[in-house]
Amino acid sequence: MIEVKNVTKKFGDFKAVDNISFKVESGEVFAFLGPNGAGKTTTIKMLTTLLRPTEGEIFLDGHNVIADPSATRRSFGIVFQDPSLDNELTAYENMQLHAVLYGVSKKDYLKRIPKLLELVELIDRKDAFVKNFSGGMKRRLEIARGLLHHPKVLFLDEPTIGLDPQTRNHMWNYIHNLNKEEKVTIFFTTHHMEEVERMAQKIAIIDNGKIIEYGTPEHIKKKGGSESLEDAFIALTGKQIRAEEGDMSKNLMRTAAKMMK
Amino acid sequence: MRTIYILWVRQLKRFTRKKASLVGALGQPVIFLFAFGFGLSPIYEKAGGGSYIQFIAPGIIAMTILFTSIFTGVEIIWDKQFGFLKETFVAPVSRIEIFLGKTLGGMTVAVIQGLLVFLITLIAGFRPQSFAMLPLAFGFLLLVAFLFSALGTTIAARLDDMQSFPLIINFIIQPLFYLSGALFPVHGLVKALDIITKINPLTYGVDGMRYALSGSNVFSPVLSASVLVGVSIITVGVGLYQFSKIEL
Repeated sequence: MIEVKNVTKKFGDFKAVDNISFKVESGEVFAFLGPNGAGKTTTIKMLTTLLRPTEGEIFLDGHNVIADPSATRRSFGIVFQDPSLDNELTAYENMQLHAVLYGVSKKDYLKRIPKLLELVELIDRKDAFVKNFSGGMKRRLEIARGLLHHPKVLFLDEPTIGLDPQTRNHMWNYIHNLNKEEKVTIFFTTHHMEEVERMAQKIAIIDNGKIIEYGTPEHIKKKGGSESLEDAFIALTGKQIRAEEGDMSKNLMRTAAKMMK
Repeated sequence: MRTIYILWVRQLKRFTRKKASLVGALGQPVIFLFAFGFGLSPIYEKAGGGSYIQFIAPGIIAMTILFTSIFTGVEIIWDKQFGFLKETFVAPVSRIEIFLGKTLGGMTVAVIQGLLVFLITLIAGFRPQSFAMLPLAFGFLLLVAFLFSALGTTIAARLDDMQSFPLIINFIIQPLFYLSGALFPVHGLVKALDIITKINPLTYGVDGMRYALSGSNVFSPVLSASVLVGVSIITVGVGLYQFSKIEL
């Protein structure tokens, strides 16, 4: 379903992703793990056509992601790590806009939107403006929106940040069903190892832009020499705390890249 | 088409929900109309130019369209910062649809503002020369609104934060407006100003509107319309190219 071949992404001299290759099979639940700043989000952005790799090839559902981004976009859905809602619209309007963008028929979205808003417990706030929502509510709305259409591959970039255990549980149940019943391939990142234990069939661990381990959860545990995935992860990636990922480091990288020019 | 429509609706919803910015955007044209319209009127009439209100009203309407359409286009910087642009960019829709949805939304908002200002000029004493020409004036209004909405979107495609906003106001919007013939007639000018006003597309928009509303013009309305259409096509082309280059 997804094939990544020798992909590198440079920001100036900084290699955010360094010659990575891996495969995700159709119908698989795939966990993409790594410490902050390891290159997870950069990789997801390349897989979802938002960034162009400096080198390498990516195929998704048979489409060449770099050469044919628009065909690729028909095959996946994504829940971003950082917010992407329109604050000036209501929760329902955000859902509806997404449904139209993704070509979900009116018949389907009239049924699905209330169901999903119920799932994330926002149904009684459906006509409230998103700008008045708390961080957690926005997060829940993003998840509901990401589940609105049923793509071949669903990317979830740290979807459970800031969610309470109840919502996390609802969400993973829903995703589990989506995977089982509609054979949606799931590609997710997280820092919660119990979510990986519960969901993942395959794991890749990325660190400093390189894939350092790839395989089943059992394989990772064996490599890390531990019964718990958390300990194995720490054994493989070291105990050192990493620089914060996200916009700050991206901006630093971009500033550095601009200065190089 | 559904994509263009829903993005257009979004733009209108955002506009109608911000009552403060609606009123705010009317403030400037009202001040211009009263300060320049009434302030310069005696001199203008003494110089044999006829009624200055008749002359300046189309210019003020064009100004409203210019400001509103560029501002609405530039709003795409907010969409970038708040992440909403990502949501549209990973969706299975073409960048052309996103660009057009955005541009047509901005155009509609600007046209609504332009019509409101037209009503205000009527209160201030402006009288269109003939009602039969109003559809033509409206046509020019649409062309100007489309062009500058597309221009705003195109400029914003290159920018990452609102810190560049003063640059847009001072180096794009203000020169476009003041050097367009909105406030003064564009014939008999010094050479440099003559050239600048003639390469400014807004000049043709103002001239076309003035032809339809007040019956005075420097260029033929066909030329004015052609310039506006031509520059719009180029702007859309550049804008689409910029859109295809955006990485988020």
